Parts: sequence; structure tokens; C-alpha cells
Amino acid sequence: MTTNDTTVEQAGFHHGIVPEVLHEDPASKPVKFYQVGSFAVGNRLLPLEVRSVQSDPNRTNALTSGHRACQGCGEALGARYALDAAMAAVDGQLVAVNATGCLEVFSTPYPETSWRVAWLHSLFGNAPAVASGVAAAYKAMGRSDVRVVAQGGDGGTVDIGFGCLSGMFERNDDVLYICYDNEAYMNTGIQRSGATPPAARTATTQAVGEDPGNTFGQGKDLPRIAMAHEIPYVATASVADLRDLEAKVRRAMSMRGARYIHVMVPCPLGWGTASSETLSVARLATQSGLFPVFEAEYGEVVASSPIRRQVPVEDYLKVQKRFAHLFAPTKRQDVIDRLQAQADRNIRRYNLLPTGAGTEGTV
Amino acid sequence: MEKPFAITLDLGSSLANHTGSWRTEKPLYVDLLPPCNQACPAGENIQQWLFHAEEGNYEAAWRQLTQDNPFPAIMGRVCYHPCQDACNRAEVDEAVGINAVERFLGDEALTRGWAFEPPAAETLSGKRVLVVGAGPSGLSAAYHLRRLGHDVTVRDAGPMAGGMMRFGIPSYRLPRPILDAEVKRITDIGVSIELNAKVTDLEAALAEGFDAIFLAVGAHIGKRAYIPAGESAKILDAVTYLHDVETEEEKPMLGRKVVVYGGGNTAIDAARTAKRLGAEEAIIVYRRNRDKMPAHDFEVEEALEEGIMLKWLSTIKHVDEGKMLVEKMALDESGFPQPTGEFEELEADSLILALGQEADLSFLEGVEGIAVEDGVVAVDGSMMTGRRGIFAGGDMVPAERTVTVAVGHGKKAARHIDGFLRGAAYNPPAKRPVATFEKLTTWYYADAPHQHREHLEGARRSSTFDEVVHGLDEGNAKFEARRCMSCGNCFACDNCFGVCPDNAVKKVDFAKGYAIDYDYCKGCGLCVAECPCGSITMVPED
Repeated sequence: MTTNDTTVEQAGFHHGIVPEVLHEDPASKPVKFYQVGSFAVGNRLLPLEVRSVQSDPNRTNALTSGHRACQGCGEALGARYALDAAMAAVDGQLVAVNATGCLEVFSTPYPETSWRVAWLHSLFGNAPAVASGVAAAYKAMGRSDVRVVAQGGDGGTVDIGFGCLSGMFERNDDVLYICYDNEAYMNTGIQRSGATPPAARTATTQAVGEDPGNTFGQGKDLPRIAMAHEIPYVATASVADLRDLEAKVRRAMSMRGARYIHVMVPCPLGWGTASSETLSVARLATQSGLFPVFEAEYGEVVASSPIRRQVPVEDYLKVQKRFAHLFAPTKRQDVIDRLQAQADRNIRRYNLLPTGAGTEGTV
Repeated sequence: MEKPFAITLDLGSSLANHTGSWRTEKPLYVDLLPPCNQACPAGENIQQWLFHAEEGNYEAAWRQLTQDNPFPAIMGRVCYHPCQDACNRAEVDEAVGINAVERFLGDEALTRGWAFEPPAAETLSGKRVLVVGAGPSGLSAAYHLRRLGHDVTVRDAGPMAGGMMRFGIPSYRLPRPILDAEVKRITDIGVSIELNAKVTDLEAALAEGFDAIFLAVGAHIGKRAYIPAGESAKILDAVTYLHDVETEEEKPMLGRKVVVYGGGNTAIDAARTAKRLGAEEAIIVYRRNRDKMPAHDFEVEEALEEGIMLKWLSTIKHVDEGKMLVEKMALDESGFPQPTGEFEELEADSLILALGQEADLSFLEGVEGIAVEDGVVAVDGSMMTGRRGIFAGGDMVPAERTVTVAVGHGKKAARHIDGFLRGAAYNPPAKRPVATFEKLTTWYYADAPHQHREHLEGARRSSTFDEVVHGLDEGNAKFEARRCMSCGNCFACDNCFGVCPDNAVKKVDFAKGYAIDYDYCKGCGLCVAECPCGSITMVPED
């Protein structure tokens, strides 16, 4: 804790660790309101300047209506959250570069576009390089006011664009890269990516054989790889925690150099969940500890969001059809235990259950 | 138009693509009945007055509250708050302290001198209504009838208004200045109260020209049980005792050791009062055990804190001067106490019987049409007795006997009397479905501990009639009001507006709430799932 303000807990503000910098940001200050705390999008009891960007009727709506994402798409929601926050942070002076993937395909079937920001798409693997080029071009023109965001799914980020991304990090190019992680190549029919969790069923990791689903011990933890580049800012966020996500985008936009935000965005189609469950399953991911929410500066973790209502990983797994083979025809407790061990390691590694945090309840 | 090489189409926005056509189900905003409102015997719109209190708009909150109940300061002290037992927040952490906020609003109104609006001239009906009994039910009916535009006269047999609120509830629970002030606010809008005016002849009252009568005489006779007693044994009943404490200059002296026989709230009140009037020991003797005691648990706790002793599973067999014979009981399989044949002697200077109360209905004898069954008056769904134009409520009709139930009867009867007088039967609106806990998404409610009201220390209070439970201050009251989850009714949290992946929820303004743009709503149901208070539902498309 970097604060002695006891109202933090009382207000249910979800940062057990409140970085100093967040205190400079009025919209992420702990607020004494209880009916709905910092967890909901807005609150009529709040002064306007501390409300979320999404509660503003004049938000950018960077990704507007009519896009062709599936019902309940977590990525469409996460992209609007992130880019609206970025647009608000830089007064609309923003260019977004998009990797190939669902987000690109469902938003821009020629000649229609859903984007209400300056938006650019080239190839699947080169979004970080294109973004670096855009940033260099503005620098050459002497336009320091225009900022650059690159975005892509987990496939374009963790696998296909990985080389370009690592180069962008290494050069510390002035780009915020946002990865919307739905844990497989959903656009092309749910193939495994380097971000697919162990045991998950995808089109290329079928639920057959001795160890059904994706293999243990493979895949990449990109937030930690990004941290290893010791870039100014790395953060993870969840589409189910809007105010935290917005604060992180704002924080990132207040800095220069290479920055990376990794956002968990469930995919109803690929995960086998109801379209109305996108946010509840995203909450289960963080509350089980499987998806740790934290931020790091120059390679060191500086804050993490404590688990508020802890659940066993089983609660998270059993609502998803991609893990159905762990529960029928016979329950694979051994596999569930291995996944629980992963969650427990995250809890230790990121201190997700500091003393006093975490109560039982409905997520 | 000239287009660049390989370009054949104009640029367009995805707004041309009406994704609403994908939908098979659609979200719909609804208003549900909050469980607190449903549980309130006085029919208060609790959630709505908490809504105003959350914003610090206490006068609006008080005006909303007093549309249903003229006694917030009294309720905030004596109501057993079934609303809090029903509160969904109890399943998250602890129920909202509705009663404490109600008291705060009531006290705030008295401090600031907020007054009721007298009826507008155009609503005056010229009809006259007689209310018999100036207790909670009678005064509530008088208040509502007056606001509905009728001339109301209240007659009471007693020397002071308030009924059981004055003669049954000790002043350490309800200070008399509070009671007097809330009664005065009713007379200030033109209700006339005639005291020491016992109504003995209803036909004569009707002949005075009243167009309707509301009976609310309460139940002021203590039930007696036959207990063999020596000549000099001192036995009295709790109702008479509490009444005398209130009215007599010379407070009744019961000696050093007082035994109270019974297990209800009145037994507790009598014992605590005796202790305050100088009894060194006050012992409650009850034939069953604490679990079976009808008294409320918090009252038992408060009594224990004050040094009241409780003797379970005992019946009194014989009373003599200075002592009484008590038989030990044992509960049988069905929970009834059975004698064990074991006796013991208990030293006691006097015995107070608190075995329940009965209504004195002798004035109804010979009144045509009014049926008395099991000691109470039969009424229909509109609170009307068998005699047209004569209504009844409170402790004298079959119902739970609490102040709040009585106040609710008064309101209900007033509405039906108004319908009767205006020749248009009152039809209450249909009840909405209840906002049950499963309909909520409680994740969004921040953790907020219940604010407790301070209590006067037990040792200090057992010798005075100072008020035992203190009120909340403004900060605590607002905090407590803001713990309300607004079950089943939108409170403008913007969640639906935020979580729609298709921007299909439009924010109109708070008064009009949100609107769904069905051109783009794909029917995913996220807004329904993420609505904290359950005020959106999914319905199939036509």
C-alpha cells in the first residue's frame, strides 16, 4: 500500500495496492460511494469528472454500431473501452493500427467501417512495425501531439506479429500496443494460439486421447515477455473491470516509449459460453487467479489487483464448453488440479491475496 | 464519381448494417417490487425514499416516506422492521439499516420543522369521518383521510393521544416529545382529536352526521390467568402497570423483587420498567425456552444487558406474600411445555402478568352487522366491518399486533373509506413481481459495512428512562442509505450503457433512463446479466 487512506477499502476500490500515479488521476481516485462502487460503469452520485469514460454519453464510440462481431463479443467491447479511453486521454489525436484478426474483419467489411478513429490495417504480422512507422512519420513531421496505438488479437500478437512486437519493444518506439486476448484464433475457426491455455479444446487441439485438449507446458506468457524487455509500462486488464482498464490506458497514454496492455476478452463462440456470460466468465478468470491483473514499470511489477471474491478454477472451467471434457464422461480432477496449481502460482507471484483481501461471494 | 484504381464502391459506415435483425430475444427495462417494500406492513416505498436520502435530499425522502406513514420518528424507534428481514443485502453482507435511516429522517423533520401539506381546497369533499381511538391505526387513518380531503374527528377514551404508543411502549424506547410532535403535525393539518371522550354508542355517533366511522380502539385489557394466591399477594397485569406508569403522578411501587410472567415484548417492557422504577431484581418467568419466546431477540438482549433475569421453562403455581411457587417444565417432542413435578420457591414482592391483551369491544354490543369472532372484529378486504360505512383496524381486528401493522391498517382503511365516500371503490394497483436475490448481480455492489446505532450502556440506563438506542448522524445515515442496492429498479449506474458491445443502449437522461436501439441490439443479453439490480429482462421477439 502506498496510501494510508482507509477509505480505499471502505469504498471497495479494487486496488489493494494503489500506485501513487493513480492518485493523480481523478477518475481512479477512491470514491466513497457504496451502492455501486468502482465496479460499475457509472454512478449518478458521482461528480462528472470522476466518472468513467464509458459513462459519458459523448464518448468516442471508437467502434460503433453495425459491426459484425458475434453476440456478446468480448473483443468488440474491450476494443471500444480501450480506444475510447485512449481518445479521451489524448484529446482525439490518435491513430490506431490493427493487425489482422476478428477485430479487423468484423469491423471493416469493405466498403463499410465501424471505426470512428483514424484506423489503418496492413498485414497479420506487421502491426507493431507499421505502428512504429506511423510514430516515426509523425515524429519526422514534428507532430508530438498525435499518438499511436496498435492493436491485435492474441494470434497476431503472441505468434504471428511477435517478432515485430519484440523489435518495437526493443527500440522503445512510442507506441501503445494493446492485445485483446481471447486465447485462440477465433476468426478462422478456433485454432490453438500461443495464448491458448492448457487442456482447452480448439479445432487443432481436440478433446481426444490421453491428454485431451491443449498441451501443458507450451505457450507464451506475453506480459512477462514484454516485461523482460524492460519497457516503460506493461499491464494486464480484464474487460470485466472497466475502471481498471481505463485507468491503465490513461496511465499508458501519459507516458512515452513502448507500452503494452494485455486485455482478457472472452469469446462466446470459442469458449462455448452463452453470449450473456462474457463478463461473468472474465470475472471468474481473474477471481480464480488464472488471469492475474497487474501493472509493471521498467520490468518490475508495481501493483496488482487483489482477488475480491475468490473461486476455485473449477468454477471458471465448468461454465465453458472448451473445458467440458474435464467434467464428462469422467471428471479429470488431475487436470483441474494442475490448472489450480497454475492459479495458485499466479496468486503467489502477483500477491493476489494480500491479508484481508478476498471474501467468499457471488462473482 | 471518379474513384482511385481498383476502387469500385463508395465509403460507408457500418451503421448501414442493422444487426438488430440477428436478434431472437430482446432486453426490456422493468420495474420490480423490492422485497423491503413488499415486507413493509405500512406499505412504505422504502426504496424510493432511500433513493432521495442517498443524494442527501432528506426532505424529499421524508415527503416520500410520509406519503404512506406519518410517523417516521416513531417508526425509526419502535418498528420491528420486517423490511430489514427481507432485505437482499443481508445475503451480501448485512441488511440495510432502513429503520435507522427512517429515524434519522424523522428526527431531521422534527428539527427542521417540516410540516404536512393540508389538503388542497379543490379536493375537500365535505364528508365527515369519525375515528374511534387515537392510537397508531386511528391517527394513521385520520392523517390519510384528511390528506384525501375529508373532515376527520378522532375520539379517544384516554387523557392523551397515542394509544399503545404511549401506554404500552415505555419512554426509554419512545421519548414522549417525539410522540407528541408527530401527533401534533397531524392535528396541524386540521384533524381534531377529542380526548377523554370514550365512544360508547356508535348509533348515536352516526346520528351526529358522520358519513363513515373507522374503529381502532386497540387491545388494552391484560389477559388474566387463574393463579391461586394468598390474600396479601400483589398481582397486577402488565398493560395496567405500563399505563399507570405513564399516567399516575405516584409511580406504582412493586417492592424489591418483581416477577413478570410471560414471554412477549410486553413482558420485557414491564420488567425493564420495573427495574427503572427501583426494583433491585426483575425476573421474567416463562414457561418455554428462549427460542420459543415471542419477544424480539434484540429486546431480550437489551433486557439482559440491563440486568433483567430470565427464568425459562417455569410456570407459577401459587403466589403468597413475598414468595411464589414455581414448577419446572420440560418441552415435549412437539415443543410444548409439560409439567415435571419439580417445584421451587422464588422470593418475590409482586407479580406482573404479561400474558397478552384483549380488545374491549363492549361498545359494539347491539351494533347491527358487526361480527366479533375470537375477541376481534371481522373485516373484509377493504377493512369494512359487516356494517356498511363502519371500518375497523389495528389490534382489534385479526392481524399481527404491532404499531406498523396498525399504521398500515389505517392507511388501507383510509383509501377504502375515501372510495366509499366518493362512490368509487378503491382498487389498489396490481403488485409487480418481486426483485428476488437471484435477479441481482451483486458483484457491482461495493463492500460497505452496516452502520450501527450506539446504545446507552446497560448499567447506566437501567436507572433512567433516557432513550436506550441513539440515532445515526448525517454522515452515517447517508452511508447507510447508500448501501441500498435498489433491487429491481434502475438507479442509473450506466452499466447497460457501458457493457453493450454494440453501442445499442442509449442514455436518455435520468428521468427517462436508458433506451435500447433495436436497430443494432443483437440480443446478446449482456446488459441483462450485468444489470446490478435486475431491472432488465429478456423477452422473446415476436
